[in-house]
Amino acid sequence: MSDVPNELKYVASHEWIRVESDGTVTVGVTDHAQDLLGDVVFVELPGAGTELSAGDEAGVVESVKAASDIYAPLSGEVIEINEDLEESPELVNSDPYGDGWFFKLKLSDTSELDDLLDADGYAELCEAES
Amino acid sequence: MAEQQTGDLLKTPLYDLHLELGAKMVPFAGYEMPVQYPLGVKKEHLQTREQAGLFDVSHMGQVLLTGEGAAAMLESLVPVDIIDLPAGKQRYALFTNNEGGILDDLMVTNYGDCLYVVVNAACKAQDIAHMRAHLTDGVELTELNDRALVALQGPKAAEALSRLAPEVAEMVFMDSRRMKIDGVDCFVSRSGYTGEDGFEISIPSSDAVRLTRLMLDQPEVEAIGLGARDSLRLESGLCLYGHDIDTTTTPIEASLIWAISKSRRADGARAGGFPGAEIVLGQIASKDCARKRVGLIGEGRAPVREGTELFDADGNNIGRVTSGTFGPSASASIAMGYVATAFSPLETVVYAEVRGKKLPMTVSRMPFVEQRYYRG
Repeated sequence: MSDVPNELKYVASHEWIRVESDGTVTVGVTDHAQDLLGDVVFVELPGAGTELSAGDEAGVVESVKAASDIYAPLSGEVIEINEDLEESPELVNSDPYGDGWFFKLKLSDTSELDDLLDADGYAELCEAES
Repeated sequence: MAEQQTGDLLKTPLYDLHLELGAKMVPFAGYEMPVQYPLGVKKEHLQTREQAGLFDVSHMGQVLLTGEGAAAMLESLVPVDIIDLPAGKQRYALFTNNEGGILDDLMVTNYGDCLYVVVNAACKAQDIAHMRAHLTDGVELTELNDRALVALQGPKAAEALSRLAPEVAEMVFMDSRRMKIDGVDCFVSRSGYTGEDGFEISIPSSDAVRLTRLMLDQPEVEAIGLGARDSLRLESGLCLYGHDIDTTTTPIEASLIWAISKSRRADGARAGGFPGAEIVLGQIASKDCARKRVGLIGEGRAPVREGTELFDADGNNIGRVTSGTFGPSASASIAMGYVATAFSPLETVVYAEVRGKKLPMTVSRMPFVEQRYYRG
């Protein structure tokens, strides 16, 4: 069973969201997602300053098997990306909720936070998919 | 990899063992095959480069040709010297068609009293029909459907296998011997599809699980799936039939001139005499063909996969990628593909279109990772 930390929020497309103390959010892909992807060899992230709407394609994760899109879970501006993934994409596998984070967003519509899944909701969804 | 969905998938004699080892099974060339084990594709790849990996390749076709004239008969189908293949030696060959295209690639071993032929799983039925259609009087073809085939590959393969069969230590690259391993009659060749030293071992199906377990019990050895097999062979610059070579590619276009024996070339002792010889030998003589298979290394780390179109600096479409991945040992985005001949010289920069971006790639020497065959 994959790890689904309680303090995070989730979307059905397997991204996790952590709301930081300053109101920005950090986004990555879940343990379940990295397990499905297999060994990650390349991550393409949006440029800082990109305006994203919830559900937009925000990048690509390439594993040894295939390429998978990353989606923006919320609307906002990309204020920081994880530069370490360029040289060490395997961090997505080894530490999906920590050093394997993807990007940070400054939200344009905080009400969208209400639409996110909590840990139980996401765990149920993974269960249903498997 | 050519994954196909079929209703009734075949199973190799090692199927239950794969499940026991926790393999993820996928359809491949009509068989249900292990694509990876719990170790995962990347670690399986590195394990094979650093220690030893065991691959089930029982889906491939194994055939014996016996009787007087067997070598001459097979030689009439390939641009390769089979008649003078020494006993105990294996050689790479290609079935060509009348247009000089490649019907399949294969390995041929002369065991003295017979020729042992290994062909690709996806082409097996067609290859066997092709050989049967060309059988000459006194030559017999026997399908070895009751044998498994495993490959033990990696720098520690010889050490591991010689504990079970000491005489393998005496063999060098492309040597082949029939020998008993734990009392079982096996065909062993010192060759493979990873660029590493290693062996391919044909085992009667009834003993396949037991012997495979003996090999897996060696401390250097792990089971390796098709996923790592693909990245290993690509790093070693080896073609995958149906992807890097097919009926539309000639051996010259495919940069496989080295596989065409001297004796079968225009000035050779047995020049021509294989399907499409005029076209193939014509391309060698004129050094002229429209496109060439080349190796490509990406500047960035993004994998450039099969089917990706290639462009020149002016945006003209000049080729296409036929295999591509991020090479775990090469630590780079590597690919092979066909480019217009003008773009085939080493160090030429071409552009691969990936998700709307043109990624620069440099035409590079293959193999991407040094081959480490044991030549004594």
